[in-house]
Amino acid sequence: MSGFVHGLSYGAVIVTVLMTVTAFSLWFERKLAARMQSRLGPTLVGPAGILQPIADVLKLLQKEDIVPLKADAVLFNLAPPVAVVCAIGVAAAVPFSPTVVAADLDVGVLYVLAIGAVTVLPVFTAGWASNNKLALLGGMRAVAQSVSYEVPLVLAALVPVILAGSMRIGAIVQFQSDHHWFVAWPFFLGIPAFVIFVLAMLAEANRIPFDIPEAESELVAGVTTEYTGMKFALFYMAEYVHTLVASAVASALFLGGWDGGPFRPGLHWMVLKTLFLFAGLYWIRWTLLRFRSDQLMRLCWRYLVPSSIALVATAGVWVVFVG
Amino acid sequence: MRTVQVTRRVDPHVNIDRYDPEAELMLLHFGPQHPSTHGVFRMDLTLDGEIVVKAVPHVGFLHRAVEKLCESLAYVQITPIVDKNDYVAPMTNEQALNMAFEKLLNLEVPRRARWMRSLFAELQRIASHLLWLGTFALDLGGALGGGSTVFIYCFRERELILDLFEEVTGARFHYNTHTIGGNRHDLPAGWSAKVHSALNVIAGRIHEYEEMTLHNKIFVARTKGVGVLDADLALELGVSGPILRASGVDHDLRRDAPFHAYDEVPVRPVTATGGDCFARAQVRLGEIRESIRLVRAMVDNVPVGSINSGKPIKVPVQTKIPPGQAYVAIETPRGELGTYLISDGSQFPYRLKIRPPSLHALSALPYILPGATVSDAVAILGSLDPIMGEVDR
Repeated sequence: MSGFVHGLSYGAVIVTVLMTVTAFSLWFERKLAARMQSRLGPTLVGPAGILQPIADVLKLLQKEDIVPLKADAVLFNLAPPVAVVCAIGVAAAVPFSPTVVAADLDVGVLYVLAIGAVTVLPVFTAGWASNNKLALLGGMRAVAQSVSYEVPLVLAALVPVILAGSMRIGAIVQFQSDHHWFVAWPFFLGIPAFVIFVLAMLAEANRIPFDIPEAESELVAGVTTEYTGMKFALFYMAEYVHTLVASAVASALFLGGWDGGPFRPGLHWMVLKTLFLFAGLYWIRWTLLRFRSDQLMRLCWRYLVPSSIALVATAGVWVVFVG
Repeated sequence: MRTVQVTRRVDPHVNIDRYDPEAELMLLHFGPQHPSTHGVFRMDLTLDGEIVVKAVPHVGFLHRAVEKLCESLAYVQITPIVDKNDYVAPMTNEQALNMAFEKLLNLEVPRRARWMRSLFAELQRIASHLLWLGTFALDLGGALGGGSTVFIYCFRERELILDLFEEVTGARFHYNTHTIGGNRHDLPAGWSAKVHSALNVIAGRIHEYEEMTLHNKIFVARTKGVGVLDADLALELGVSGPILRASGVDHDLRRDAPFHAYDEVPVRPVTATGGDCFARAQVRLGEIRESIRLVRAMVDNVPVGSINSGKPIKVPVQTKIPPGQAYVAIETPRGELGTYLISDGSQFPYRLKIRPPSLHALSALPYILPGATVSDAVAILGSLDPIMGEVDR
């Protein structure tokens, strides 16, 4: 099978599975949040409300599509699909098992981080093109936040790259499979890098406590204020896909990917780890309040950036003298 | 009580033309269609980036001409109308109103009715502060996140108090239970046991709220030092209630000018220093505890007797109040709620003025908002606990 056909077929499968998982993760999140808040959550559509995401999408599809008169119509319409494409694009280089991968690039980590970083572009485009002050403020915050958190994200992702000696994600997972998961050994590098990676990933995906660009209690809906119906839904889909894929990347880089420890390795381990991390992010989301943007910047530049630089340096020393 | 001494006055009306010609200022209409303006409040915020340079509050979007309407209603018909003013603690409106009528009528309210009014007022305070805590967390944390978790926990407990009121009055919210000279509905048998069990639930969970808010690092970071209102300015603006006590002024009408049964059940006002959003949260959470203590002390000791003096209620619609003027102020969960009544001897009030505490709280906004960010502005507005129903009337 040529590489092109391989990439196309596995890519199609991964995207389909990803979108389905995203839709039902919405149901899962609503159920989980409801349990945390002593509610029941969706119960009416299907057994235990499992068909709720389908009902949501059907509702959103019927909504009137409004483009504000003074908005920049081209950019306004372009932003939501670009956001989704960027989020899904990251999934291409994530190996779910030694064979289930659309394209295990030699520069996989670089590709994942680069495409992940581009997701800020549609968000800012939306904020600018809406011609709405609240959306503009949201876009402004999104750029400041994403650009800042890009630094610790990249530096934290460098730690496994240095330890494994490869930028190919498949090779990083294989290295952990042969030796140890990076959160297990060297844990003093793996665990802090993992924590920084997850924090920066939350900030990049605009999730609570870092969902400042949307901040619905301050900016109404932030960049999505002027969007209606399916375009609005696309932004949310992008956010969820981004979080899901980022969880997969974190599982591959730090949690050993498809390696099952003492058990047989396989695709199911990767899926389990990803969903476990994803559910943990829901937990954070429904527990914490929101930071203010200047506090967020302080957290990034004063704590995360210096510590991630120190981690990268230590990782280099470790590889040279120990590993 | 301390005397008002104006030491300095912040000028909220910065001349924007002279602000900084290089800065690109943006005028943001904040509300009335905004999820966290607590109804239909509107602020015109002039922003330098995210920093508020000037704030101009606008009220009146919920104006229902209540005071004018009252001039064409018989006295007993006014009670259910003013219920809708402060719609988070509706019973306090009825209390202030009927106390003004009683004052002009020179009517002695039976002791049992006075105790019941105190009891209801304290339960309303718990319910109102719980709702405030929930909505304040929403302002800080958003409807799709940790904020809504606090919100729903608070509503769960508030529900217990609404159930208690439903059992007494038949209504969950707009009770119409106070009337001239006393109360309409007596306490049902076995009610005090239910009060105790509801209070036990709330008292057992109040430390959870404190963990979620006062001991939460993000909450502290978002509220400490934000929206500082110093005592002099607060007194000058007529700010009262928890906001004033959070600025360090020990002023509580329940103790300083006792009404209802507060002369028999002494109140320990909760104060805090700092005058910021955090201090306001501290005071309100402390007041929940204090109110629980008061209700527990009162509920088993409500004196027996009549719940209504019964004198002028024979043909209620024709109740006439002798000519004169009366001002009555009570301490509601939001501060000093006053009712000023002028009667010309007819069966309708000549003029009825309601002094809402929230309006005075909002008047502090132009002074404390400049310098804050947009995020802080939401927190500051939420911490003032404005109820637009009573602001606009």
